[in-house]
Amino acid sequence: MWDYTPIVKDHFLNPRNVGDIPDADAVGEVGSLACGDALKLYLKLDENKDKIVDAKFQTFGCASAIASSSALTEMLKGKTLDEALAISNKEIADFLGGLPEEKMHCSVMGQEALEMAIAKYRGVELPAQSHDHDHGPAFPDQEGEIVCKCYGITDVFLKKVIETNRLSTPEQVTHFTKAGGGCGGCIPKIKELIAEVMGVRPEEPRKRPEKLSNMKKMQLIQEVLERDIRPLLWADGGDLELIDIDGSRVQVAFRKACAGCASSGNTARMVEIKLRDLVAEDIVVEEVAA
Amino acid sequence: MKEIYLDNNATTKVDEAVFEEMRPYFCELYGNPSSMHFFGGQVQGKVVEARNRVANLLGASPEEIIFTACGTESDNAAIRSALEVFPERRHVITSRVEHPAVLTQCRNLTHKGYRVTEIGVDGEGRLNMDEYKAAVDNNTAIVSLMWANNETGVIFPIEEAAAIAKAKGALFHTDAVQAVGKIPINMATSAVDLLSISGHKLHAPKGIGVLYVRRGTPFRPFLVGGHQEKSRRAGTENTAAIIALGKACELAATHMEIENTQVKAMRDRLQDALIASIPHARINGGLAERLPNTLSIAFEFVEGESILMLLSELGICASSGSACTSGSLEPSHVLRAMGVPFTCAHGSVRFSLSRYTTNAEIDSVIREMPPIIERLRQMSPFGREFLKGKA
Repeated sequence: MWDYTPIVKDHFLNPRNVGDIPDADAVGEVGSLACGDALKLYLKLDENKDKIVDAKFQTFGCASAIASSSALTEMLKGKTLDEALAISNKEIADFLGGLPEEKMHCSVMGQEALEMAIAKYRGVELPAQSHDHDHGPAFPDQEGEIVCKCYGITDVFLKKVIETNRLSTPEQVTHFTKAGGGCGGCIPKIKELIAEVMGVRPEEPRKRPEKLSNMKKMQLIQEVLERDIRPLLWADGGDLELIDIDGSRVQVAFRKACAGCASSGNTARMVEIKLRDLVAEDIVVEEVAA
Repeated sequence: MKEIYLDNNATTKVDEAVFEEMRPYFCELYGNPSSMHFFGGQVQGKVVEARNRVANLLGASPEEIIFTACGTESDNAAIRSALEVFPERRHVITSRVEHPAVLTQCRNLTHKGYRVTEIGVDGEGRLNMDEYKAAVDNNTAIVSLMWANNETGVIFPIEEAAAIAKAKGALFHTDAVQAVGKIPINMATSAVDLLSISGHKLHAPKGIGVLYVRRGTPFRPFLVGGHQEKSRRAGTENTAAIIALGKACELAATHMEIENTQVKAMRDRLQDALIASIPHARINGGLAERLPNTLSIAFEFVEGESILMLLSELGICASSGSACTSGSLEPSHVLRAMGVPFTCAHGSVRFSLSRYTTNAEIDSVIREMPPIIERLRQMSPFGREFLKGKA
C-alpha cells in the first residue's frame, strides 16, 4: 500500500473545489483515459482580470492525482496569474506533505494544467506539454523536441522538471514525468538530458583509434565482438564465434539461430560495419562454416 | 473497523486448525528432522505425514512432492531444471498472461540465447490453442502455462496442453498456485510433469510452497548443498510450515465442494448485482471458464486505485489491475494481453472470495460499490461527460 500522508488522504477523501466554472476565464486540460490520469482545471479571475478568485477541477486518476488537483486549486485562490505561474510541481507535493516518488508525475500534471490554462488565456505560446497519449504531441508548434514518443514528452519540459526537482536517474525522471516508462527507447536520451542539466558529462562516444598495433587490433576486435555484437545476436536467439584474425580479415562462424539463417549475410555485414566503425576501416568479415 | 477481506488471490487467512497443527513445532518440538535422536525423529514423522497429505490432495505419490519456500521458487526451479536436463533444446513456451514468477524468468532467457514463445489469449482470456499447437516443436525444452489466472480466474485447458507438449518430448510445467484447492486436480491421470503450489493461497502460512515432480521426470535441483528432499531441494526443512501445509491440503480436499457451491454462488451474486446496478461495467473473462471465487470487473471512466482507496476506507479489501496501484505506468499485462481497452483496464477491480466470505459481506459490497463509482465518475472529466449524456 502507498504511504500517503494524512494531507494526501484528506484531499483525496474530501477533495476541495471539484466541479466546473461555466463562465471560467481560463481552462487547462491535460491527460487522457489511455494515460490513466487526466485533469481539467477551471480558473475564474477578478474584474481586473489579474487575481484568481475561484478554481475548480475534474480529475480522472489515482488518489494522489485527485489530491494534487485539490491542493492546487486551494493554492491558486487569491494569487495573481504571475504568482500562480511560479508554482512548481514540487510546491504542490510539499503542500501535501510529500508524495511517493512513483507518484510525483501527479503533481507535475497539476502544474501542466495550470500553465496551459494561463497560456491559453493570455493567448501566448503554450508551454512544453507532456501528457497526450492518444494523439501524439498535443500542440504541434510546442517548444522543443519530443524525446519520449510513447507519452509525447519534450526535451524542454524534461529539462525543466529535472532542474526543479534535482533529478539524477532515468527512473526518477519516469516517476516524475512518465517519460521512459513506455517502450524505454528514450532512456539513453534522458540520461543525456540529466547530464546536461545537472552538469555531469556523459560517457564519450567511442571512436576508432588512429593507430593500432596488430596485438591491440586483435584485442579490440575481440572486445567489440563481446561487448557490442554478441549481445545483439543473443537477443534474437543467435550467436557467433570468432574463428581467426588474419591482419584485417576476421573470420566468424554463426551459431544457434544465426547458423543457417537466410539473413546471416546481412548479419555478417552488420558485424563488418560495426568493426570498421570501432576498430579499423579496412576490416573484412568472412563467414566460415567451421 | 472489521475488515471485509475479498483479496484471497493475494493471500488467505491461515485456518485456525492449520495454525493449531503447526504451533507446537516452534517452542516445543523444534528438532531437526535430519537428526539421529528421537527429538528430531518425531518431527520427521510429522513431515512424512504432511507430505502424504499434500500428495493425497493432488492424487500424487509422496515422493513426487518437494517442499520449497514459495510458489515463485517452485516456478523458478521447474523451468531451470528443464533447461539443464535438455541442454540441446533451446526453446521455451509460456503465455502472455503468466504470473511474473514465470514470465520474468522466461523473458530473461531471451538474453541467454533461448527462443521464447509467449502464447496469446483471446478477449476473454482463453489460451489461443492453435497458436500453441503450432509453437511446440522438437526444440522445445519446457512449456509453462498457468492452470488458472490470478487476476481473472480464467482456467486454461491444462491437460490438453500437456498432452501436446508430451507428444514433442517437451516437459510440461503448470503454475497451479490459484487452482489447487479450488478445482479438482488428479496427477494420477494427468500428463503434467511439474506443478507449483503456494501454501498461503490455500489457508496455510506464507513461506511454504511445493513443487510436484512426476516420478521418472529428470530433475536438477535449484538449491544445492544438503540432502533434504532427497537432495532435490537443499536447506533445513521449514518444519512448522510444512506441517501446516499438510493440514491445509487435507482441509482443502474437504472444502472444495464449498468453493464450487457456496463461494461460487456468492461470487455470481456479487457479479450480477454490480453489473445490474452500475452502468458501463464489464466482466473481464466473463465468458470463459473461471475459478469459482474470482471476479475481475472493469468500470469505465474511473481509475482503480481510487476505487480501492475508497473501498479500503469502508474496510473492504480488494485489488486492481490499474497502473497506479503497482507504481508502473501501464495497466496489468493480463488485461492488456486480453485486449481490454485502456479505458476499462485502468478501472479494473478484482474481488477474490474464500470459504470465510459471508453473504452479509457480499451485501455490503453490493451496497457500497455503486455510490463509490458514481462519486468518482462525478469527479472525472470523462465520467461527467458520460453522466451528462445519460441525463
